[in-house]
This record gives sequence, C-alpha cells and structure tokens, in this order.
Amino acid sequence: MANVIGIGASPKRKEDQRFLTGRGNYVSDIKRPGLAAGVFVRSPHGHAVLRGVDKVAALAAPGVIAVLTGDDVADDGLGSLPCGWGISDAKGVPMKEPPFPMLAQDKVRFVGDMVAFVIAETPEQANAAAELLTVDYEVLPSVVGVLEAIRPGAPQLFKDVPNNICCDWELGDKSAVETAFRKAAHVAKLSLVNNRLIGNPMEPRAAIAEYEPGTDRFTLWTTSQFPHVVRFLMGALVLNIPQHKLRVVAPDVGGGFGVKQFHYGEEAVITWAAKRVMRPIKWVASRSEGYVSDRHGRDHVTEAELALDETGKFLAFRVNTLANMGGYLSTFGPNIPTNLYGPLLGGVYTTPAIYCNVKVVFTNTVPVDAYRGAGRPEATFVLERIVDVAASEMGIDRVEIRRRNMIPREAYPYQTPVLVQYDSGDPMGCLDGALVAADVRNFGIRKAASASKGKFRGLGYSTYVEACGLAPSRFAGRLGARGGLYESATVRVHPTGQVTVMIGTHNHGQGHETTFAQIVSEKLGVSFENVDIVFGDTDRVQFGMGTYGSRSLVVGGAALSRATDKVVAKGKKIAAHLLEAAEVDIQFEAGRFSVAGTDRTKTFEEIAGAAYVPHDYPLEVLEPGLEEQAYYDPVNFTYPGGCHIAEVEVDPETGTVTLVNYTAVDDVGTVINPMIVEGQLHGGIVQGVGQALFENAVYDESSGQLLSGSLMDYCMPRADHMPMMTVATHSTLCTHTPMGVKGCGEVGTIGSPAAVINAVVDALSHLGVTHVDMPATPNRIWRLLQNASLPVAAE
Amino acid sequence: MKPFAYHQPDQIADAAKLLTSIEDSKLVAGGMTLIPTLKQRLASPVALVDLTRLGDLSGITDGGDTVTIGAMTPHALVAASKLLQTKIPGLAALASMIGDPAVRSRGTIGGSVANNDPAADYPAGVLGLGATIITSTREIAADKFFLGLFETALEPSEIITAIRFPVPTKAGYAKFKAPASRYALVGVFVAKFADGVRVAVTGAGSGVFRVAPMEAALSGNFDASAIAAIKIDADGLTSDIHAEADYRAHLVTVMAKRAVGAALS
Ligand SMILES: Cc1cc2nc3c(=O)[nH]c(=O)nc-3n(C[C@H](O)[C@H](O)[C@H](O)COP(=O)(O)OP(=O)(O)OC[C@H]3O[C@@H](n4cnc5c(N)ncnc54)[C@H](O)[C@@H]3O)c2cc1C
Repeated sequence: MANVIGIGASPKRKEDQRFLTGRGNYVSDIKRPGLAAGVFVRSPHGHAVLRGVDKVAALAAPGVIAVLTGDDVADDGLGSLPCGWGISDAKGVPMKEPPFPMLAQDKVRFVGDMVAFVIAETPEQANAAAELLTVDYEVLPSVVGVLEAIRPGAPQLFKDVPNNICCDWELGDKSAVETAFRKAAHVAKLSLVNNRLIGNPMEPRAAIAEYEPGTDRFTLWTTSQFPHVVRFLMGALVLNIPQHKLRVVAPDVGGGFGVKQFHYGEEAVITWAAKRVMRPIKWVASRSEGYVSDRHGRDHVTEAELALDETGKFLAFRVNTLANMGGYLSTFGPNIPTNLYGPLLGGVYTTPAIYCNVKVVFTNTVPVDAYRGAGRPEATFVLERIVDVAASEMGIDRVEIRRRNMIPREAYPYQTPVLVQYDSGDPMGCLDGALVAADVRNFGIRKAASASKGKFRGLGYSTYVEACGLAPSRFAGRLGARGGLYESATVRVHPTGQVTVMIGTHNHGQGHETTFAQIVSEKLGVSFENVDIVFGDTDRVQFGMGTYGSRSLVVGGAALSRATDKVVAKGKKIAAHLLEAAEVDIQFEAGRFSVAGTDRTKTFEEIAGAAYVPHDYPLEVLEPGLEEQAYYDPVNFTYPGGCHIAEVEVDPETGTVTLVNYTAVDDVGTVINPMIVEGQLHGGIVQGVGQALFENAVYDESSGQLLSGSLMDYCMPRADHMPMMTVATHSTLCTHTPMGVKGCGEVGTIGSPAAVINAVVDALSHLGVTHVDMPATPNRIWRLLQNASLPVAAE
Repeated sequence: MKPFAYHQPDQIADAAKLLTSIEDSKLVAGGMTLIPTLKQRLASPVALVDLTRLGDLSGITDGGDTVTIGAMTPHALVAASKLLQTKIPGLAALASMIGDPAVRSRGTIGGSVANNDPAADYPAGVLGLGATIITSTREIAADKFFLGLFETALEPSEIITAIRFPVPTKAGYAKFKAPASRYALVGVFVAKFADGVRVAVTGAGSGVFRVAPMEAALSGNFDASAIAAIKIDADGLTSDIHAEADYRAHLVTVMAKRAVGAALS
C-alpha cells in the first residue's frame, strides 16, 4: 500500500532533515575549480559626484586579478538594471525611469551604491586591495526623507526628475470621494509614518559565476527567490546573454522575505566579470554589506481621512502617501506602494468611494522594494488605524464599528471601488472566532490586574484582507507589469512510479518540498516519500516566476495540480487500453485505475511501467512516457484575511511595551499542511510585531549614513519578545484556484502591525493618546507620556 | 580579518614582554569584543597575545570581607558562583544579564573591564562596589580606573590579573537593556557598606559614573523612595537612535530605584 500523506496532514517537513543535520547546500557552500574571490567597493557617501577611480595601487596588490568599474561597464555597452513594472500617473504619463547602472557611473546615490568590483585569488587579498582603491568623490548634500525630498531646493538625485518625484500615481474616483466627504457627519483624520524596514534573512546574499568557453555558457549560482526571472532580466536586458547560454541556479536559500526577489547589480557584475577574467568568482555579502545593499521595505508618510455618516458607516476614504523609492528603481519598486497598496484600501469594508494618491519619491537611501507583505501591510495599517481613530472620536465600540461596515459573507463576490473583486471571505466569522479565542470577554479583569501592578493594558484589533497569489497576467499587465505572472510545473513519473516534480517556484523556508509532495501524494495516490520536488535551477526546471507575494501554493500549486490531472488523464488512456475498456469507464482512485463496476484494476506503478515499456500500448494514438506539464495563469488574485487581536501591557515608568497575548484567526482557504500554515502565520506575525515594536531603519539626514546598520542597532524581534500565540483558521474556499487555496505566507505580517499599535493606543487612550508611530519603542512611549494631555497614573 | 602573529605565553611576565616588544600587539582574552573588530577590519594588530595559558587567572576566591575574581573568569562562572550568590548576589546577577549564553561562556571580566565599553555592565559593578583592579604591575582603585569612553588607567603593556571586590552589606543591579544590542541602555549598580552607599551608572553617558546625591540619600535611608525624586541632569548624557538623553536621565532614576529594590529582595 502506498503511504499517502495528502491534503490536510501535517507530516514533518522533508527538507528539515538536511537543514537540521547541516547538509543544506547554500551558495557559499559551493566550490568550483579555480575559484577567485570578488569584493564590491561601495560608496561611503549618500550622494556624490563620482569623479574617478584610481585602480593602480589596487591592481598592484598581491593576488589581484582585476578591478572593474562603471567605466568598464560603459565600455562594454552593457544595459541598466531593469525595473519590472512601469506605472503611470493619472494622465497616463509614464513614471520617470532613470538608468540604474550595475556599477555607478558619474554619481553615487546611496551609501552602499556599488563603485567597483575587485577580484583576487582570496577574499583576504580582495578585501586588502579594495582598501587601496582611491575613489575621487565630490560629496553632495543628501536627502533621505520623502517630505524633505519633494521640497523646493532639495538635493536632486537625477537631472531629469524634478523634485525627485518618480511618479504621481492615483487610484479611485476623486470627485465621488469629495462629494461623500461634503455629506459626512464625521471625518476622522490621521497622519502616520510607516517605518522603513530591513529584511535580514538569516543567509546573507551571495553569488558565484562561471563561464565555460567550451560551450559558451554562463552559470550563475545566486541567493534568489526567482532564478528564471534573473536569467531573463540579466541575460536579455543587462548582459545580452542568450537565454540558452545562461543557467541560473538558486540552491538552498536561507530565507528571503522579499530581499532576494530582485535582480541585483551584484549578479550582473559577477557574471560579466567571470568571462572577462575567465575564472569562476565567488562573492558573499557580510551582514554589514547586506544592511546597505539588500533592498529595504516600507517607508511611507501618509495622511488619511475617513468620512462617516452619523451611524458610523464609512462613506469615503482618502489617502495621500509619499513612498520612498531610495536611490534607484529596483525590480518591483514602484509597483509596491501603488498597485499593491491602493487596491487594498477597501479592506473588509463596504466603503463605497476611495481615492488614493501616491507620490513615489527618490531619496539617497538604499532602493526600496517588496518586503514580506509588500504594500498590503502599509494599506492595512492606514485603514485599521483610522477605523480605531474614527470609533474613538464617534464614541462607537471598535468591534461594533467594524461589524457595521463589514462585507457580509453572502455579499461575495464583492467588487471594491479600487479595482479588485474579492471572490470569497467571511470577515465576520473570523472576527467572531477571534473574539472567543482571545477571551476578549474577560479583558477587563486582566486590565484591572495590570493596573494593580501599575501597568496599562490594551487590546487591539485588525480585521483585514489582502490580495496575493501574484498574479493574473492580463490584469497585472494593465497595471504596468512588464512580464507574465503565471507558474509552471512538470510532473515526471518514472517507469517505477516514483515522481519528480519540476516547479518554477522557489523554496527558501516555506516547506514546499513537503506541501507540494502532499499534493502529488494525494492526487496520484503515490507514497509521500516517493515524490521529490525540484526547483531553483533553470537547466532543470522548465520555467517559472519564483516565490513571492504568497504565490507558490496559489499559482505554483495550481500548476502542479493541473499537471497531475493531466498525468491521471493519460494514465486513464493507457489503462483503458490495457484493461480493454472504454476510456470513459476508467476510474482513478487511491492510486488505482479500474474499470467502473468491475474488479479489473491496474496500479499506478503498472501504468507507469507500461508507459515506458510500450510493448502492449496504443502507440498509434498515444505517445509513450508519463510526464506532463501545466502552466497556470490565475484569473484573479486570492484574498486571504482574518482578524488579529493583540494584547499589550505598557510599563509607564520605562515606556516598555510587552506583547502579552496574540490571537489570529485567518482565512487562508484550503489548508494543505496545517503545521506549515501555523508556522507561516507564527513567522509572519513575529515579523509584523517586529515592525510595530522594534525595527527601524534610520538614516542620518545630512550625510545619508545608515545609523541602524547592524544587528547592534537594528532591533530584530526575538523569541523572548513573543507570548505563545493562538492561531487558528476559519476558511472559506477560494472560488477560482484549483484546490481552493488562498495563500498564507504574508497574512501574519499584514494583519499584525495594526493590531499591535491599536493595542498600544488602547492602553494609553485614557491619557489622551490617539496615535503611536511605529516602532513603539520605550523612548517613544515615554515621550508620548511626557507630553500626554492627561496625567499619567495607573487607573 | 588581516593576518596577525599569535602568541600564547604561559607567564604573565612573558605576556607583558611581548606587549612591550611588539608594537601594535594586543591582548586577547575571550575575544568577544576584539575578534568582531578584527573581522570587520576595524582593528588590525600585528600580533595577538592570548591570555588563556596563564594558568591562575581564572577563578573566584574568598578573602573573607573581599572576593577576588581572576581576570580570565568568564561571565558564566561569575553568574553561577555560589560564593558570589551568597556574598555579592548583585554581582552574580549582573554577570547573568550580560549578552547571551555563548558570550557569557567566552567573555571575561578582565576583558570587559579593560575594554570599558560605555554600555558594558561590569564597569557599573566594579565602580559601584569600589573594587580594586589588580594588574601585572600595581593595584588601581575603581574610582581612578575608568577614564571615559573606552579609556582606562591601564598602561599599554599592563595586564589585569584580577579584581578584588569588598563584600557589601547589600547590593543590587538593574539593567534596562538596549533593544537591539542588549547592552545596558542604562544600568545602575547600588552597594551599601557600613560607611555609606555607592551608586554607579553605566550606559547613560560616555563612561561609567557615580551619582553623589543618590549616594547621600541612600546612605540616610536605603530605600527606593529615598531617590524617587532625584533627577539626573540630561546634559552630557548620550543621545542616539535608541534613546534621547532626557529619557536616559529618567531611566537612571527608575533603574536606581529598581536596583535598590533588587538589593533589598
Ligand atoms: C553578542 C554580544 C553581546 C554582548 N552583550 C554584552 C552585554 O550585554 N553587556 C556587556 O557588558 N558586555 C556584552 N558583550 C561584551 C562581552 O561582555 C565581552 O566579553 C567583553 O566586553 C570583553 O571580554 P573578552 O574577554 O571577550 O575580551 P576580548 O575581546 O578578548 O578583549 C577586549 C579588550 O580588552 C583587552 N583585554 C582583554 N583582557 C585583558 C586583560 N586581562 N588585561 C588588559 N587588557 C585586556 C583586549 O586587548 C581587548 O582590547 C557582548 C558581546 C557580544 C559579542
């Protein structure tokens, strides 16, 4: 009997065996004969004219093979790093898209901008030579904040980008919103900052590139979430390497969170350099280097207004945001604060009119791009915060105001005024479930107990929805995507019935090797251990868009599901021949093909064997072999969501916020592996709590230096920051994905910041505190209490 | 990391001699502070003189009304010492709050005190208890030892061999951890002796310092209430992305009260 471990089971993760025993294979584990070492020389200035680089001393240093600069890139006529999205303003004018050279030319625009690549026999020699490079900078004033960057007289990053504005983007019906505001009984207003974050995956970025003159082929091993996209962007658009001459491999990757889903200049430089010096080259970023070169996330300044009628019904929502892009456009950069932000401002509510303006702004900081949640946490934070502000101003209970505005389950599919149509959902069900799970009824008792210790306790809600499963290609194309967003899977059944799956998504912590094997085990009735998942190698996997935007199961899993359906369909044809029955009479169940109503059956293995040893086989009408492929392009996004409830305790003496309880009831559609889903929720929530309470990327305003450039200064959330979390699912099925799945990779990060901050504000509301910016650090809370309108004393 | 020579002498005299004879040489104890600076190429000594072979530098000895801790004693040993837990529990508690388990098992008291990081914990304990730093050549009172930001009274080739602590009647340490580094954003050590109270603050300024008004108040009444109203001047305190000077000043009072509470518990 096959050991089927299918949908709904929680086997231990297959991949953990190798990770926990130190047998993972990461980029920096890979050795190549004759491997040289590369080191990037980066700008120490936020903004400067690059007058010249003197290579002489560095070239003379021991072991140095080459020193390459932007001039060499220009001499070779190579392209600029491409942006994958082209957005436009309200009049259809395309965004300003200045070039992003892979090594700086003429100017440097952020601390960490790459100026040169030094290649030597050993990393020590490359580092020593890098220190000998003389770079002539004419330092210019930097601008790091969005408010400052658009002011008249601000330092200008690019000649042809006035006021540093890349695009003045908008969405929604502005005049309908204005009309609704005129009729409103109440208008709630909120100004907020969405703090800049740095992803900090466990494994720093790294790359190895090699050129084989015998075949004229390049291989790039890179810490990437999407190797095929790197092959396309780098090969076709930067280095002019034909796709069939370029192999990109992303082996085991130690976490991404978005940081590794871009095409980076380092990848292009090292690949180009490998041919120039005819040596394989390895580069491994240090943690410090990651801080100034891994793309950052978030960084918005927002003004929001919510119009309500006298009963607390939302009439209209208006949001004006300045979004920081950093010094250049990264792969998805301009898409994140626009297309992944504006369409989410409807939330789980029936708000009829919404208008959103986003000014996308260049500054002298690391380019900003997608970071777990990407746009949706920012949207959720604005909306869920202002709902609380409105409730408090109107004297309506925070849960009640949400109920009054929530989309009822029966109203799905629900068309929002901001492009997206939610297919399914039950926000009220998630809310009800969370209220019970969080024991909200007895909160008053817990609050009193805290007060007796001199502490303030608060409760915060976030009822949210997000859009993921990126993405319907046609829809994305209309929004400015310059590529498709489908996914592909090949199911190769071996003659003995074992299965190898080649899939275009990339597993870097999500447990795909387990989840996808469960899908195959269930659908083909084969043993769980007889399924291997292959990913991350453009020579082994047909094609793919990679892993981000909670798309792997939703889009990749759908492709896989369809490919298994094709295997079954072909198996039925073979079985019909062998069992001498009509194809329509063949049933497939639990790994057996049988003739309906008879005891005549063939096992899955027998059919596989017959496909590869086609002696008794309908060769006239059917090809031998049993291998099927599917490309799946979704018809809509998926819309997971739910209700998160955070409970915090504030020590008014020090300002310390302690998260004491956390409850999440999420609708992620069909759950394939409950243990993995729970893990994704836990991790996502911790990341959101990190944003709410601890993490902050801080730049020095005048010099553009990153002040939070190490783990000593950038506070990551840690295990002891977290209480035991209560997470549960309350699922409605997605109506358009093959298995009803919605995706769960980002929900935790999207729902949690608002829940935590709402709880902090609740804890301090008796003092007149109405808003707290993230991160709610002890110093910030203390300062608020110093300035509080009401005296600080435990109730 | 740049290449360097590595020496492992087994006599203090030899270690001192290496330090004097090789320009740009440095002692290495637990390496928890030094090695990261080498890896980041912020320091590049030509030679390291390792103290681990100097046999009797590690250990805690009972001197009756004093306790002496060898310079090479790791934080974990201080934290777990039954002798200290009985005689100066505040110091054992301080050691238990340093870094993480790995850091506590490698990092040493001598290294920490010699380094005099403005946010390190030991300087508060050493100054708060009025300890004596014993070196290869002399004895230095804590009040004369810490000279500000990473600066001490040590001569370039002088080696700390031990630190002698007088046993107080009561002592306690309270630390407000910096969110990211978990060094002391503000740490306060209070120690009560027959002839008065000492209060030492780390983390708040460019180096560890004493707070005379608190010492006077606590000498009269060793209770948190005695210092609750004493405010520290924010002038001269550190302001950085984690905490502004006036917040640090406020925390000094809060942590001092908690340290007294710890001493009394
Ligand atoms: C992750 C991490 C977290 C930490 N957290 C904390 C914390 O919370 N609180 C805290 O106080 N510290 C903390 N530290 C620092 C730790 O306590 C170090 O161990 C200590 O500062 C130095 O001790 P060491 O033995 O490692 O010294 P080393 O790194 O070996 O040496 C440090 C310096 O002292 C000199 N030196 C060493 N021994 C002697 C001696 N006997 N005589 C003269 N000079 C000497 C060396 O030449 C060097 O300049 C942390 C360190 C790390 C890596």
